[in-house]
Amino acid sequence: MSLKKPITEATPGTIIYDGTRAIRGYALNKMCFSFNSAENRDAYRRDEDGYCDKFELTEEQRQALKHRNVLELLEAGGNIYYLAKWAGIFGMNVQQIGAQQRGISEEEFKEMLDRAGGD
Amino acid sequence: MARVIGGIATSHVPSIGKAIARGWENHPHWKPFFDGYKPVHAWLDEVQPDLAVVVYNDHGLNFFLDKMPTFAVGAASQYKNADEGWGLPVVAPYSGDARFSWHLIESLVADEFDITTCQEMLVDHAFTVPMSLLWPKPGWRAVPTVPISINTVQFPLPTPTRCYKLGKAIGRAIESYKKDIRVLVIGTGGLSHQLDGERAGYINKKFDLLCLEQIVNDPEELLRYSVHDLVRDAGAQGVELLMWFVMRGAMTGQVMEKHHTYHVPISNTAAGLMVLENESRGRRN
Repeated sequence: MSLKKPITEATPGTIIYDGTRAIRGYALNKMCFSFNSAENRDAYRRDEDGYCDKFELTEEQRQALKHRNVLELLEAGGNIYYLAKWAGIFGMNVQQIGAQQRGISEEEFKEMLDRAGGD
Repeated sequence: MARVIGGIATSHVPSIGKAIARGWENHPHWKPFFDGYKPVHAWLDEVQPDLAVVVYNDHGLNFFLDKMPTFAVGAASQYKNADEGWGLPVVAPYSGDARFSWHLIESLVADEFDITTCQEMLVDHAFTVPMSLLWPKPGWRAVPTVPISINTVQFPLPTPTRCYKLGKAIGRAIESYKKDIRVLVIGTGGLSHQLDGERAGYINKKFDLLCLEQIVNDPEELLRYSVHDLVRDAGAQGVELLMWFVMRGAMTGQVMEKHHTYHVPISNTAAGLMVLENESRGRRN
């Protein structure tokens, strides 16, 4: 299966994390899984490129990490549960992660969540 | 013989764990949410479970994509929590009941559920947050637990029907255990929420309220939904409803709803809580 093939989803804007994605993102997710350890998080902070080298990440994955861009990381095969550990290194919370993907501000994102309870 | 005395389903949002760690239970933002658990504490005091089977989904603490079991059952005398990477304080270990675990494992495999057995199993926030909500300090009472982790990380996920049947098999296993103990089945996760993709932040109150009603009165109606239907209607992470289906399936007899709450939002999630009392019909074939 081609690693470059665009992935289309049945529910727009919603990821089905299947085998195609799991193959594409294995190295990236393996690196993110290592961030369960504080020592590894520190090592990444000290030398991001060197740490990525150890996991043999693709150029696409490295660029997405540099851009701190969650949608790019998802497209590169990242799984949100492992990416959350990476995002934690920068103190990003799930509202900030959500807002970035929606292309809105954190405040707008929180207002959207509040509105969902009132419908 | 052991009995299934009831079931609890509750959300397990990490921010709840942070609020507990900071002692924010009476903070104006949090108080209405935490107050929703007070009737549950009263019920637990009344029914006095001896053991809890906790059905949850690991979020990349114990399991990685190298080996991803669909159903994994704890078989240890102790379960540790550990650093998940994004700042939730690590909590003290939980006691297990390895003898009961092995009975459960024997029974499930005989019932054609080819589960993975784990003599070591780190339990993440999806296990620890509900335990802290249900048995808060300082009133902590260490009920031994058996964790069961269900894969919701990597598709294909087990179907709602399969999860409901797993629940039924768990119920049969409990009620064939020779020791006279009172067992509670807990399912954690949900309700609607989505963390990833352009639809992040998706919440579907209408669907959640339908689930809260049908889980009690007509659970098999919900089994018409495929996993992909759940993703569409409850959000990508709302598939955690699967754990609610397992809990409901484990109720062996007449079910009575004792309590439920619905609270939007907790973090990015529509938080749900439900307590079911199970009037066991005794041992079944």
